[in-house]
Amino acid sequence: MTKYDELTEFLLRLGDSALIQAQRLCELTGRAPALEEEMGMMNVGLDLVGQARNWYEYAAERINDGTDADTLAFRRDERAFRNLLLVEQPNGDFAVTMTKQFFYDAWQFHLLTMLKGANDERIAAIAAKSLKEVTYHLRRSSQWVERLGDGTEESHQRMEKAVDVVWRFTFELVEKNGAELALSESGNIPALTELPEKWLATVNEVFAKATLTVPDAPSTFYLSARTGMHTEHLGMLLAEMQFLQRAYPDASW
Amino acid sequence: MQAGELITTDQQGRSGSETDIQQAYSVLEDVMDPEVPVVSVMDLGIVRDVSWLDGHLYVVVTPTYSGCPATEYIETAIRDALQDAGFSRPKVSQRLAPAWTTDWITKQGRNRLKAYGIAPPVGSSSKRSLLSGITQVECPNCGSEDTEQLSEFGSTACKSLYRCKSCLEPFDYFKCI
Repeated sequence: MTKYDELTEFLLRLGDSALIQAQRLCELTGRAPALEEEMGMMNVGLDLVGQARNWYEYAAERINDGTDADTLAFRRDERAFRNLLLVEQPNGDFAVTMTKQFFYDAWQFHLLTMLKGANDERIAAIAAKSLKEVTYHLRRSSQWVERLGDGTEESHQRMEKAVDVVWRFTFELVEKNGAELALSESGNIPALTELPEKWLATVNEVFAKATLTVPDAPSTFYLSARTGMHTEHLGMLLAEMQFLQRAYPDASW
Repeated sequence: MQAGELITTDQQGRSGSETDIQQAYSVLEDVMDPEVPVVSVMDLGIVRDVSWLDGHLYVVVTPTYSGCPATEYIETAIRDALQDAGFSRPKVSQRLAPAWTTDWITKQGRNRLKAYGIAPPVGSSSKRSLLSGITQVECPNCGSEDTEQLSEFGSTACKSLYRCKSCLEPFDYFKCI
């Protein structure tokens, strides 16, 4: 398996998470509970595809072997993907869908806010642009978490259950890791030391309004997006997402 | 950089004058957004620079939303329009920073949006206005301020769906970003 330099790996991590989250949202085309929500989810998905493309284009330039954004999205296998385990989880019911979206939005919001100040100008530019869109995403998902958590008895229970289902995958959002530390030491990106606290503060704030309980911090387990060790769901997702490119290589519209 | 761009001058390459730049700008005034065909790329403020370099006219555009499907279409439309106006092989490139903001939409653009039935962005794109989400939007149909948001996202990522409580018409609101 090709191992890229730390900066390229970091770009792939951002791009892959955005793309996989977008793909999950697009699975809901024609299946959302309300037309307005379907449009909302498709629009969020579209923003994320665009963001993924921006990260991929930068990564592809660094890899510099003829790889382009499409190759990175459609020609890599499961083990090469670096997306968060959280975003590859199935959509479940609307409570699960929105809980995942909220955890991811809050993480993106704080991460991009920090990356906006990166010395690497390309990262800073993509982060600043993406952050404007993500601000809307976070606003929407926070409002849904509040509305469902502090809603009816059933919606509250289903939100508690949804948190229970996806919470264990949030360890990746709050883990401290060497690669990002190395990147901040080399001056490419700012130190991300406060990211876990900021993410948790947003979760606490929104959950308080939503009358939901924040569980204890989840612990790391043997799977890790950083090493390409995914849950069984990613393979199925990729099979669908990459089918066309693999069946008809170089197909274009 | 794409193959072919290393050739800095083409056969018809010539030097541009100030008149050429002005002419190019007036051509761009007529390149319309494909989804909102009443506003031009100039109205939207996405054209950031027009210059002459190595025998080519260069147009720098800043894309609106990251995933906006109109971005590539607009770039092609700009190239085609300039070529039709007699510019030989014009080039269009993207600039991401500073990120596009609705603050760059011109007054004419705002008026045209409203006349088309889309409420133009209210206020500035400051972080506070984005996070609070409290926006008083005027109905583009009847001018009433008694309106409500139906959905954070409307027919495209750049718009929210609103409803006027006076004339009861639903309408799109072009969000501040």
